[in-house]
Amino acid sequence: MSDPVLRNSYSQPDAKGRFGQFGGLYVPETLMPLVLELTQAWHDAKNDETFWAEYHSLMTHFVGRPSPLYFAERMTEYFGGAKIYFKREELNHTGAHKINNCIGQILLAKRMGRTRIIAETGAGQHGVASATVCARFDLPCTVYMGATDVERQKPNVFRMQLLGTTVSPVTNGQGTLKDAMNEALRDWVTNVHDTYYMIGTAAGMHPYPEMVREFQTVIGKETRTQILEREGRLPDAVIACVGGGSNAIGMFHPFIDYDTVKLVGVEAAGHGLDVYNGHASSLNGGRPGVLHGNRTYLLQDDDGQILEGHSISAGLDYPGIGPEHAYLFDTGRARYVTTTDEEALAAFALTCKLEGIIPALESSHAIARVGELAKEVGKGGIVVLNLSGRGDKDIATVAKHMGETGASLLS
Amino acid sequence: MSVARIDRRFADLKAQNKSAFIAYIMAGDPDLETTFEILKGLPAAGADIIELGFPFSDPMAEGPTIQRAAERSLAAGTKLRDVFMLVKRFRELDQDTPIILMGYMNPVEFLGYERFAQTAAEAGADGLIVVDCPPEEADALTDALDANDIALIRLATPTTDASRLRTIVKRTRGFIYYVSVAGVTGVKAVDADAIADQVVRVREAANLPVAVGFGIRTPESAASVARIADAAVVGSALVDEIAALAQTKNLPENNPNRTNVLEKAAILANAVHSARLAEQV
Ligand SMILES: Cc1ncc(COP(=O)(O)O)c(C=O)c1O
Repeated sequence: MSDPVLRNSYSQPDAKGRFGQFGGLYVPETLMPLVLELTQAWHDAKNDETFWAEYHSLMTHFVGRPSPLYFAERMTEYFGGAKIYFKREELNHTGAHKINNCIGQILLAKRMGRTRIIAETGAGQHGVASATVCARFDLPCTVYMGATDVERQKPNVFRMQLLGTTVSPVTNGQGTLKDAMNEALRDWVTNVHDTYYMIGTAAGMHPYPEMVREFQTVIGKETRTQILEREGRLPDAVIACVGGGSNAIGMFHPFIDYDTVKLVGVEAAGHGLDVYNGHASSLNGGRPGVLHGNRTYLLQDDDGQILEGHSISAGLDYPGIGPEHAYLFDTGRARYVTTTDEEALAAFALTCKLEGIIPALESSHAIARVGELAKEVGKGGIVVLNLSGRGDKDIATVAKHMGETGASLLS
Repeated sequence: MSVARIDRRFADLKAQNKSAFIAYIMAGDPDLETTFEILKGLPAAGADIIELGFPFSDPMAEGPTIQRAAERSLAAGTKLRDVFMLVKRFRELDQDTPIILMGYMNPVEFLGYERFAQTAAEAGADGLIVVDCPPEEADALTDALDANDIALIRLATPTTDASRLRTIVKRTRGFIYYVSVAGVTGVKAVDADAIADQVVRVREAANLPVAVGFGIRTPESAASVARIADAAVVGSALVDEIAALAQTKNLPENNPNRTNVLEKAAILANAVHSARLAEQV
């Protein structure tokens, strides 16, 4: 088996948390000492083997890793191009990649002596993962969730409550992920002494984008090992959906140094990129600005006010994106394409029928673009799709949509 | 003018052994004309310095009162250029009362640091507070503001230790804003006794006046802060009155509630200005 030596010329971010012009640390002064302390604690943990030993042990025995790399034979046949593999993150405990990050962060919170956890959630997957690790480590947890999302992801709200977490609905704005994040930050500013803020994606202020990435690169590292075992070579392309960007960067990062591996991120195009405030494609439909502690691409109006955006998928319905994706977009190392609500629903249905897997609506956005990618790469090629989560949480949304559109999905 | 206008105001008050009363309102809440009417009346009501908020869609350090104010302002269609226009109109009537713009980073970024600083200076603004721009990220903005003689006002907080304080005070001018409670605006109440030592520490480190804000709602707490600090900032308590005004139909003329905002300001100003005199008797 040819296992190319791991290259590591890529060394973002810099010491100030910058990925080129993106990232950084734009928080109110009250939070600065906390964030600097967190950066120090993360730096210490990162270089501590016992920290990683505990992380990996929990990954194996609690999360159920490694997750399989599955050859999606029927989908491959259906599209008739490159071989399509699914990295099965939806088989993790709690049903998505989010738990990888939460395990890492809860160990860090413990290490820092924090006694209370807060988190924001969109689809509720990060909320459930946070609630899960907080139950496991016996820490009280409050999850902020937009009121709109509480409504469209009810099963996850109940799961969080079962796990002993307080779910706090946020009615500001449109009641989606960005509003939940604002509210979590307000909680943090108010409870600086005991509270750890567990951000759910590779976004926000330094050191979160780097830290969350490091906890999620387990996805790409496993994929690399598994594909070398199965195919004896690296894939030609990897593809993942992008909300804040954690599952995508977890998949991309170990491949950044290998120019032969195409990196493809899929943003949510909602009602369409040409519909004002009707999509959640920060890279393809936004411009650089500062929100939630970092400089990145944002959906904004002509006066610097943040737009809410729209996606059928609560986990992608965010007007920003992690700063590392902004950097990879500007440098051209990764390519970012988009999927509309309708296309995601079709891909959702297709995956159910072809592969016997109910994917999350988030992941369905990536699936909607995998056919074209497989054809572009061509027969004999290999494409790996990160199946970031399972779709049980979305069945009410999908059912509602089928009702509205005359059940066309099932035809 | 500009930074000098702030310095002169503090020097004058110091000579009278008075603390400054700083009034915060949100530009465009509930509409631009109402804001202008209130702005015009604030100096006579006793405001020594005015903090004029410019709205942002995601004010993450704000409590419900000022969040709602920003929402009302944006719903009324307020743009950044309207805020500059308010400053300009005010400055034509009043050349002595410093105006400090206060808001979040993204609208400033959007316009560009240079253009923001230039436009603000031309309008007659004297200082800028950017809630989510710590010193680490502020160098380019400070350069642009310095070139236009506008003070970037820095914040110190209860979480600020001595070494952090040295970083904060480095390029600040005008005054230092001491955030008196760990939290968002308008929720927790200030305890003047508990922060007295910190205010002294901050003043010594910066060699500038220290304004205290975030938890002052009543004349009593305004007075208690005036005894220890160089300025007391009141925001949410005034914005509450504006919220009540916003609920009534007649805007802005003929509205009996409008005087409530200025009356409230006058009561608070009086408490601040007489705090130290009362002490001497
Ligand atoms: C299953 C799933 N995939 C993807 C995402 C998007 O987040 P990220 O871009 O951080 O991976 C979410 C967010 O909730 C999710 O639940």
